[in-house]
Amino acid sequence: MSTQTSIQTSEKPLGRDELARLVARDIVPGSFVNLGIGQPTLVSNYLTEEQNITLHTENGMLGMGPAAEGDEIDGDLINAGKIPVTELPGASYFHHADSFAIMRGGHLDICVLGAFQVSATGDLANWHTGAPDAIPAVGGAMDLATGAKDVFVMMTLLTREGVSKLVEQCTYPLTGVGCVTRVYTDKAVFLTGPDGVTVRETFGCTFEEIQELVPLPLKKV
Amino acid sequence: MLNFIDTVGEAVAGIKDGSTVMIGGFGNAGQPFELIDALMDCGAKDLTVVNNNAGQGDQGLALLIKEGRVRKMICSFPRQSDSWHFDAKFHAGEIELELVPQGNLAERIRAAGAGIGGFFTPTGYGTTLAEGKETRLLDGKWQVFETPIHADVALIKALKADGKGNLVYRKTARNFGPIMAAAAKHTIVQVSEIVPTGSLDPENVVTPGIYVNSVVRVDSADSNKKVA
Repeated sequence: MSTQTSIQTSEKPLGRDELARLVARDIVPGSFVNLGIGQPTLVSNYLTEEQNITLHTENGMLGMGPAAEGDEIDGDLINAGKIPVTELPGASYFHHADSFAIMRGGHLDICVLGAFQVSATGDLANWHTGAPDAIPAVGGAMDLATGAKDVFVMMTLLTREGVSKLVEQCTYPLTGVGCVTRVYTDKAVFLTGPDGVTVRETFGCTFEEIQELVPLPLKKV
Repeated sequence: MLNFIDTVGEAVAGIKDGSTVMIGGFGNAGQPFELIDALMDCGAKDLTVVNNNAGQGDQGLALLIKEGRVRKMICSFPRQSDSWHFDAKFHAGEIELELVPQGNLAERIRAAGAGIGGFFTPTGYGTTLAEGKETRLLDGKWQVFETPIHADVALIKALKADGKGNLVYRKTARNFGPIMAAAAKHTIVQVSEIVPTGSLDPENVVTPGIYVNSVVRVDSADSNKKVA
């Protein structure tokens, strides 16, 4: 493959923070964004002031600031992960039905979520493993998946057993149907949509190597 | 009819066995701990409780569940690192769970307060949580029919009430308070401060007093600073 057609943009797979930095860089300035619990929260560390991003937290706030420390900690000011946070100038508070109307009404530009699996057509599975003894807990995942204009997923491409989490059809219980638009993984960025899955860039491997790992037909950007 | 009540015990005294009780709060923020403790002391049992979670640690709703007072939980996120009392009851088959996506939970509560008989929403379509529910293709999207959640009583926490029962809240502790106040037949509010009528800016009132039945002041200086 000549360097001109290569979509490999890094010598190595990306670590969690490098991936968070990449997602942050891709968020359009001025966007209203919800970052899911876990890995997606890291994205906030890499948003710049110039991007002028407003963060939404579904327990009832726009204009959420960084995690609170020391004297800033206030039990009445927490994020969806129940972590104490801070408010930025211009923040607003609202009740739960209004907060979910913000996402359900299509007002949020982007949400970033973790996932167990994403399907070829953008189905998302991220709330339940389906294990019979597991206590199910869904929170706001289904509302975020169906409500935001763009749903970005952040995950490792492979499970610990080396199986692709990007699949033809999800085997875990679904969170939303056809909702995911982009998948950021340690090995590649995928664009998902009705036309199938396109590889935008790869990290530490070639397009062909990604195609060997993922059990569905991939296209080059 | 609005009443100002001296103690949390008197405020919850009318809650009967078998009631559906909405309890405000998201995690510990906005959770009316003193009212829940009073509900525990009053002995009401066989309760259906509506809350986002199913109790944390060894306080509030978690204790009510531990003591076997709750027959059924309607919530979106029961499983947490410190939800051991709910987990034990659930695995023992001693508590019923109706799991509801969080936005549906909020909107179903809102619908009850607004007199709406039900609504269609895309949330949950194609998932196990929509199984058996009516669906329609509306505005180009498959949507699921959801019904309101009514309650006999709501226990909520606000920062201040005035003499008309108008409420203001504090930061993200507002969460379910305003919609639960509207959805329940009888709304009991614990506040940190009761202020003279006219001293809240009408432009800033969040819950109008029409939704409030009982107000009790809870004297806990750190009530709004409980660590999440």
